Amino acid sequence: MGGSASRPVRLVARLDIKGKNLIKGIRFEGLRVVGSPNERARHYYAAGADELLYMDAVASLYGRNSLADLVEEVVQDVFIPITVGGGIRSVSDVRTLLRAGADKVALNTAAIRRPELVTEIAEHFGSQCVVLSVEAKSTSPGKWEAYVDGGRERTGRDVFEWVSEGVEMGAGEVLVTSVDRDGTEKGFDVELLKGLSEISRVPVIASGGMGTVLHGVELMEQSEVDAVAMGRALHYDRLDIPAVRKAMIEAGVAVRKDTLV
Amino acid sequence: MSKVTVVDYGLGNLKSVSQALKALGAEPQVTSDPEIVDRAERVILPGVGAFRVAMEALRSQGLSDAVLATAEKGTPILGICLGMQLLFDSSSEFGYTDGLGLIPGKVSPIVSSAPRSPAVRSTHIGWRTLDITPAGRSIRDFGGLRPDTSYYFVHSYGANPLHESDFYASVLYGGQNVCAVAGKENIQGVQFHPEKSAKAGLKVLESFLAI
Repeated sequence: MGGSASRPVRLVARLDIKGKNLIKGIRFEGLRVVGSPNERARHYYAAGADELLYMDAVASLYGRNSLADLVEEVVQDVFIPITVGGGIRSVSDVRTLLRAGADKVALNTAAIRRPELVTEIAEHFGSQCVVLSVEAKSTSPGKWEAYVDGGRERTGRDVFEWVSEGVEMGAGEVLVTSVDRDGTEKGFDVELLKGLSEISRVPVIASGGMGTVLHGVELMEQSEVDAVAMGRALHYDRLDIPAVRKAMIEAGVAVRKDTLV
Repeated sequence: MSKVTVVDYGLGNLKSVSQALKALGAEPQVTSDPEIVDRAERVILPGVGAFRVAMEALRSQGLSDAVLATAEKGTPILGICLGMQLLFDSSSEFGYTDGLGLIPGKVSPIVSSAPRSPAVRSTHIGWRTLDITPAGRSIRDFGGLRPDTSYYFVHSYGANPLHESDFYASVLYGGQNVCAVAGKENIQGVQFHPEKSAKAGLKVLESFLAI
């Protein structure tokens, strides 16, 4: 076991949203509607999720994030942190989302195009509020390229280099989504996550590929990640948060215990 | 219904805080009007943001004077996260900045930048249990705090109360006891987010509303 036992590990429910619908594709493709995001969010809250991740799946294509209304509604009865990502381009976009009830924002496309945006947001709202969202696609053994626009566009940037730069610019957390594993339920890209989490001085959220309880436990045993995001397997009820939490506790991972009582 | 005034200084988690208060049956009034803050029955100073920008916003809108005046009258004040840090004398975040000075002490990074180990991230994010200090045990209802319950933290700076009597509870992070709850008479601050700490957090707000 790495250092994971020494810090609290979070179980995050990831909701990819298009318009008003919860969707989920495989490797960001073939997006299907799987329900109402806020209804699922309430269900995950009741099941003891530590955090929610709301990602506007098509926002960067349209150039704006449309989740403020959904967030504003869900915070009426969901009292856990919510990170919102997709299409965020300015300090004023961030202000709108925070005022709607979001706690953090996840930046990808706009940050890669203009890394200073990370600094501007961090100086306004604090680094803890800026999550660098990185879509990583394997290019050769031990190498990953950063993608944008939901795994559609290459950037030519090496993931490790970009993460270092983004953290230098003020990101307080990194969300790493494996484009290759996203929606596959075949397990995380452990090599990628191990490498990044061992060098990062900010927390790393692992995303893409969690299909079974064992995938989560193995990742915690082999890497230093701080949080695991679960999407598709949760939405299709193939995985449930209490079972993941229980398995983590049995494996000696430091997770919140009181939700099981 | 308990009346509570939430200070709006253009930053921060106002929505989440007021929704949590509403869920508890309170009537939150979100305002950036110094006169309303001055007349408040209870004041919540919320917080997501950077110390310097927050203090500048509070000062330029006349809100820092209003908070100080209402504190002087004995009005219960609860600072949340950055709002807690603002209660202290100063912070080193993005350069030295004076705070409200209601609780003696300084705000500094929770992890010093020199010896960094990936096992200790510079931003502390997650659900943690607290160690309530003897000073914390002496406050009414322990401020709604429970020792075996987790609360949600997200911060990279932390407050260092100068006096032990103002240090109510700590959280262990990177081998240090980081201040999680501080207070002095009618002033109280929590580093975690009660409005984001599920039922355990609502209890803390409920206890504040009952003062």
